[in-house]
Amino acid sequence: MNAITRVLCIGLLATAGGALANESGVRLEPAPGNRLDIESLQRGARNFTNYCQNCHGAQYMRYARLTDLGLTEKQIQDNLMFATTKIGSPMLAAISKAEGAAWFGVAPPDLSVEARVRGKDWLYSYLLAFYRDEKSVTGWNNLVFPGVAMPHVLWSLQGTQKLVETEYEDPEKAEAAVIAAKSLALSEPLPGGKYAVKTLAIDQSGSKSLVEYRHFVADLVNFLDYIAEPARNKRINIGLVVLIYLGVLFVFAYALKRAYWKDIH
Amino acid sequence: MQKVLNWIDDRFPLTALWKSQVSEYYAPKNFNFWYFFGSLALMVLVMQITTGIFLTMNYKADATKAFESVEYIMRDVAGGWFIRYAHSTGASAFFIVVYLHMFRALLYGSYRKPRELLWIVGCFIYLALMAEAFFGYLLPWGQMSYWGAQVIVNLFSTVPVIGDDLGTWIRGDYTISDVTLNRFFAFHVIAVPLVLLILVAVHLTALHEVGSNNPDGIEIKDKIDPKTGHPLDGIPFHPYYTVKDLVGVVVFLALFSIVVFFWPDGGGYFLEANNFIPANPLQTPVHIAPVWYFTPFYAILRAVPSMMNSQFWGVLVMGAAVVILFFLPWLDRSPVKSIRYRGALYKGWLAAFVISFLILGYLGVVPVTVWGQFSDKIPLLGTADKATVVARVLTVVYFLFFLLMPWYTARDRTKPVPGRVTG
Repeated sequence: MNAITRVLCIGLLATAGGALANESGVRLEPAPGNRLDIESLQRGARNFTNYCQNCHGAQYMRYARLTDLGLTEKQIQDNLMFATTKIGSPMLAAISKAEGAAWFGVAPPDLSVEARVRGKDWLYSYLLAFYRDEKSVTGWNNLVFPGVAMPHVLWSLQGTQKLVETEYEDPEKAEAAVIAAKSLALSEPLPGGKYAVKTLAIDQSGSKSLVEYRHFVADLVNFLDYIAEPARNKRINIGLVVLIYLGVLFVFAYALKRAYWKDIH
Repeated sequence: MQKVLNWIDDRFPLTALWKSQVSEYYAPKNFNFWYFFGSLALMVLVMQITTGIFLTMNYKADATKAFESVEYIMRDVAGGWFIRYAHSTGASAFFIVVYLHMFRALLYGSYRKPRELLWIVGCFIYLALMAEAFFGYLLPWGQMSYWGAQVIVNLFSTVPVIGDDLGTWIRGDYTISDVTLNRFFAFHVIAVPLVLLILVAVHLTALHEVGSNNPDGIEIKDKIDPKTGHPLDGIPFHPYYTVKDLVGVVVFLALFSIVVFFWPDGGGYFLEANNFIPANPLQTPVHIAPVWYFTPFYAILRAVPSMMNSQFWGVLVMGAAVVILFFLPWLDRSPVKSIRYRGALYKGWLAAFVISFLILGYLGVVPVTVWGQFSDKIPLLGTADKATVVARVLTVVYFLFFLLMPWYTARDRTKPVPGRVTG
């Protein structure tokens, strides 16, 4: 019977093992955020309210909830609230959906649960992946999200990147070049059997160094990850207590069972 | 206390019921691991109803508010995140427990005479559970809720002649809409749970009438202790199995809590990433996969090619894959019930069936292109999706397990069954 149990468990695990693919084929960079790093989350809140919230809301998140991040209501009101004075208000975008749709062709999505849709690695990579593209309407394009309607809002911080394409004859060399790039890179088949490896290079530097910009984006993504599920830290803490409780209960339940069953053979 | 009890017993058979159903219900003493899942299924049902009541207090069945009401439950309702995760994890846990419970029946022949009706009622519970899960999955009103419901309602639209009208009748509209959401809510919180509770009561009544099977597949009622009048291999359900099931409950709750508190998404299988995007009737997701517990049947549906310009054949085959379970008691013609005394034929077919079911479950969540195509140099199979071909083969295996059962169970080389239960 044990063998059957084992096979069944392996089967269940195997079906649970699939990973989410991302449509562009770029290998994503892992976001370095830490859910317990309160200072990073505070900086992320600052970055979000200053750079994103003009167009993107987080409508399921209330300003008052940011007290989770060790901020007082006064601090939140003075530093993070630009469009409203009520601490209980949801974090709405400054522009309306209709305005967004008219200006960008598509309304900028609400970001409350975006980290649960895309994953934080995707968000981190996406914000590193904008490059100059004269052919696009906005003048920008993105390696992770090709043809995205959003322009590179953070360009003054990151600077501008350009797309570098290198052609390779065989797919294995192209794949090796993608790995050797050690950053966002993509191999695409070209007509005629060749492969183009696309990477990004800084063209013009911005007000932040490359490392500073990565920290900036990491904090922002950490914050987006937090607002996607504000109860997460609490959930994990309570979970530990629950498991300890059940562990103790197990000892008693098992002892009880043993005591009752000692005469049954 | 005794006075109160006497007062009640004069008016309602409380003590008699307690004795007949619990403290003097004799169950075989040799229940093993697989016998935990019946009581666990009952507990999960109670948990789903409890968490469901609290969700209903805060959820809004309104296409413009449903998605945000779920997010407000997650954020603004005290402990709302726990209630919601317990309910969403509970749905998956229910299916895991029920699948293991059904597998137990296959292992030990629990569907055989005199438990045919018990098994059939169980199959109806499984159907009701699928309906319950399907209706409930629309309620968060995310993209997967919406398009998953779309796909399943469209199955009914493939029925020849009346299909389109049938689809409209189910939806109450020409598309999945607020009307559909409201009626699915009604089904999810009242109609189907009511049916489930009644069926569970019938299931338990039937079980206590015929008595529990056991890992040896022999009837303990055949060997009665002449002094006590109770089965020699039976022990009262209470206290023996209540304290034993309590251990099972604690272990189950620990595993359940690990998911609820540390892994509520279940790797994207218990809560799908795309379901955090509000339903958008104008934007079809690239890849629509049902929730994991439906995927074996979804893979069967996709494996059947469309014939005569109709997808209805796939729907028929998928329906048959569930309905065939009802006939199991009459398909099995083995002289023994338990796998312990069956021969290699049944063991082999059961293994093939379980493996097929698991692989079909996997194929149901991934796109058909997952394993690429056969090279065009191979005759017949050339350029076909490998996954589709594999799904077709496994669908055939799935059905052969049942259809050939009268033959291979009768021919199987079985071992002699002992007169009394063995540990």
